[in-house]
Amino acid sequence: MSTATAPTSGARNIKTVQLDEIVIRFVGDSGDGMQLAGTQMTNTTAVFGNDVVTLPDFPAEIRAPAGSLAGVSGFQINLSSHDIRTPGDQVNCLVAMNPAGLKANLADLEPGGILLVNEDAFGKVNLQKAGYEVNPLEDGSLAGFRLFKVPLDKLTTEGNKGSALTARALGRCRNFTALGLVYWMFNRSLNETLRWIDAKFGKKPEVAQANANALKTGYYFGETCETFVENYQVPKARIAPGRYRKLTGNEAVALGLVTAAKLAGKELFYGSYPITPASDILHQLSIYKNYGVRTFQAEDEIAAMTSVIGAAFAGALAVTGTSGPGVALKAEGIGLAVCTELPMVIVNVQRGGPSTGLPTKTEQADLLQAVCGRNGECPVPVIAPCTPGDCFNMAIEAFRIALEYMTPVMLLSDGYLANGAEPWMLPSEASLPKLRVQHPTAPNSDGGFMPYLRDAKLARPWAVPGTPGLEHRIGGLEKEDVSGNVSYDPLNHEHMIKTRAAKVAGIAKSLPKVEINGSPTGGDLLVIGWGSTYGAINTAVERCRRNGMDVSSVHLRYLFPFQQDLGDVLKRFKRVLCPEMNLGQLSKLLRATYLVDVMSLPKVQGKPFMVRDIAGAIEALMKGNNGR
Amino acid sequence: MSNNVTMPQLTAKDFASDQDIRWCPGCGDYSILAQVKKVLPTLGIPREKFVFVSGIGCSSRFPYYVNTFGFHSIHGRAPAVASGVKIVRPDLSVWVITGDGDALSIGGNHLLHAIRRNLDIKIILFNNRIYGLTKGQYSPTSEFGKKTKSTPMGSVDFPLHPLSVAIGAEATFVARSLDVNTKHLEEVLVRAAGHKGTAFVEVYQNCNIFNDLAFEYVAGKDTRDDHMLALEHGKPLIFGKNRDRGIRLSGTTPEIVQLGGDVKEDDLLFHDEKANEPTLAYLLSRMHHPDFPEPMGVFRAVQRPTYEALVNQQIGAARAQQGEGTLEALFDDGETWVVN
Repeated sequence: MSTATAPTSGARNIKTVQLDEIVIRFVGDSGDGMQLAGTQMTNTTAVFGNDVVTLPDFPAEIRAPAGSLAGVSGFQINLSSHDIRTPGDQVNCLVAMNPAGLKANLADLEPGGILLVNEDAFGKVNLQKAGYEVNPLEDGSLAGFRLFKVPLDKLTTEGNKGSALTARALGRCRNFTALGLVYWMFNRSLNETLRWIDAKFGKKPEVAQANANALKTGYYFGETCETFVENYQVPKARIAPGRYRKLTGNEAVALGLVTAAKLAGKELFYGSYPITPASDILHQLSIYKNYGVRTFQAEDEIAAMTSVIGAAFAGALAVTGTSGPGVALKAEGIGLAVCTELPMVIVNVQRGGPSTGLPTKTEQADLLQAVCGRNGECPVPVIAPCTPGDCFNMAIEAFRIALEYMTPVMLLSDGYLANGAEPWMLPSEASLPKLRVQHPTAPNSDGGFMPYLRDAKLARPWAVPGTPGLEHRIGGLEKEDVSGNVSYDPLNHEHMIKTRAAKVAGIAKSLPKVEINGSPTGGDLLVIGWGSTYGAINTAVERCRRNGMDVSSVHLRYLFPFQQDLGDVLKRFKRVLCPEMNLGQLSKLLRATYLVDVMSLPKVQGKPFMVRDIAGAIEALMKGNNGR
Repeated sequence: MSNNVTMPQLTAKDFASDQDIRWCPGCGDYSILAQVKKVLPTLGIPREKFVFVSGIGCSSRFPYYVNTFGFHSIHGRAPAVASGVKIVRPDLSVWVITGDGDALSIGGNHLLHAIRRNLDIKIILFNNRIYGLTKGQYSPTSEFGKKTKSTPMGSVDFPLHPLSVAIGAEATFVARSLDVNTKHLEEVLVRAAGHKGTAFVEVYQNCNIFNDLAFEYVAGKDTRDDHMLALEHGKPLIFGKNRDRGIRLSGTTPEIVQLGGDVKEDDLLFHDEKANEPTLAYLLSRMHHPDFPEPMGVFRAVQRPTYEALVNQQIGAARAQQGEGTLEALFDDGETWVVN
């Protein structure tokens, strides 16, 4: 981890150790402000110029019983001087605000790792709640770590002597005291966070002051307390030049949707019902009113879906966002959208299932639901972003497909992408795709307007209400080809089923070729994944290649239909391994589509893959291979 | 097609589609369709601006039979589809056609929320107190004890009263009419069309196959005058063939009184469709056959800003304050930093 050391100036002899990369995790009660501390650390780090990937991890309960294991909230940051793609397998520095946080997270801390604990929170009651019989700070059980016992509560109070705030209110600032100490330890500037405090609490000067004091108190404690003999510096990363901001996947989806509307010269309608982890898209879009974005908090998931169908019929760029349980409720509506062949996007920010499942945890188990989960032959294109920033691109791509092919499109994000953040380079407008929308203004046949008269891509015309002479009726009953009139004719039904299927299958013609990371001509092993496993898979595969293994990877962003050359690519490799946060759903689709013996590597723990999970599986396979 | 020609005067015929109507012969739906087609050309709205949205059920085939834009959606969801249409296109005249099962059973939630938001949509509920398209099961408005295909020993579900539900959902316009009373139905439809906000109209509709003569007491020539009460704003509640009976309030309970003797018209309850509080409208919605004559006409007509107007006001205000959003401003927002 460490490369070089250099003494810093100052009264004390503090060494600053240079590191390539460090993984820090803040843990505490769900009311301890860990998400806030983590977000601040992320912003400061991104602005400094490190590459950064984050993993927030919080309970479904807003305030689970204080001090309990169930209520532990965490935020992990990987900051690096080089390009990184995962929040890190192993924690190098754990900041534990209470015994429960320590207990739930200690296993992830590397041997010899830095452990900062709030010793003021290690009283009898908290220890009991966390299930500690003896205080771990005193029984020697933490001897394998660099333990720093910090009186965060006392420091926070002392740093705010004379404050008008109550002791309780001051107590809420201790996350900033901890953050200040972390800033000192990793040589971060206080300026970003001080500015944020000022903007956030400007109207409550005493609260702003208390938080600023807490931050500084923590920082100065690091500087002066003789327990600390070294601190750390992670130099700036060499990343592509440009202007950057930090973006979570949910923010990126929102930006992508607004951008798509602008590119199409349309206004956006977002109908949604609040659901974790998708609600932030609704929040984000509701502030873009000056972009003509209309957000509609519907009475339920079904109304969200069907209002979007109405808005699409009326000519808007319409979107709904939800998570798996919401998609289940929307299924009949999605079928109606398929039958009426209107353009719209359904965003599924996947979470742990089945049923209510693990609302705040990540999973990829809605793939088969997305591809197959409706009554009848009901093809819906399915695409998936692979990083938080890619959510922006794929939201635009979803509308590109929806508009070109007159079809609903499912965008599969997940909780990890949604809440994870990374630096995102602001795109130039010229680099963005063009989206074309055409509404007919005159009848398309001698017999009047035919709503199901298709173009070369089998897309039907999008005639909107208010256009004279194009009055027509559509709905969920089977349509007669061309005229769109209700038809129960058996052969017409089969023709329409096949036509809808062919239309969606035809989307593949518009997709880019499969990109192979590694050996394009084939080899021993291909690791194939989709969605948020991108970082872990690519990092693992690159590590194994450096170790001399003949392994390549492919990451799918198009799940239905697949890219045209995918079958060919799969057959170039002796073996195919598919890591997924489900029990093998993509494996199943690949096997069924291409008759390739894909091996599944499932992980369904509500947590993303570690690099070592995948690298370990690759190594085991390759060893077996060599042994033959 | 041309923009320069003044709009020709349309007639009911212009609103007929080329589709064969597939309702059972003798169905009350025919009469409602005829009255709607008669009213539409009188509203001064171009034909292409009308959108008819429906759910599932016999009544929900309606959009196929009018030559406007139409959307035959899925069971119960028409109010939500219509909401999406109206929010993004406030210039359109949006009508929801629904039935007692569609609106009050599977779609109950959407009905409530469309009404409370007061979107400027017209909801016409064909109430025949039975499930027709699924062939004769009881509906949420079927009488307690009703024997149907799914309730051979009689229904043990207590019925809902559509107008009471609408009033409870903060409706700004509530009315009732009858399929065969074409003149009355036409008047009520004109009033509903003119209301700025959600207009909820219950139309008693005869299903001659599965629930024949359900409304004979208000439809039959011999019985109707004694069993219906025509509501008129500002007028006392009088009914009967000889207009000799009225409704008086006894405490908070309505009672039927005989006019003449010591009971004067001034002693009766006077209708006020514009009353701010919905108390009177609700009381009227609770008057049921055979205990009371059933009120027909406009129960309630009050003004409240529409949902889509408020939504679009916010859009307008945001644009006025912040200017039209640009992609540059969208991207370059919050903390940014430059890497050289």
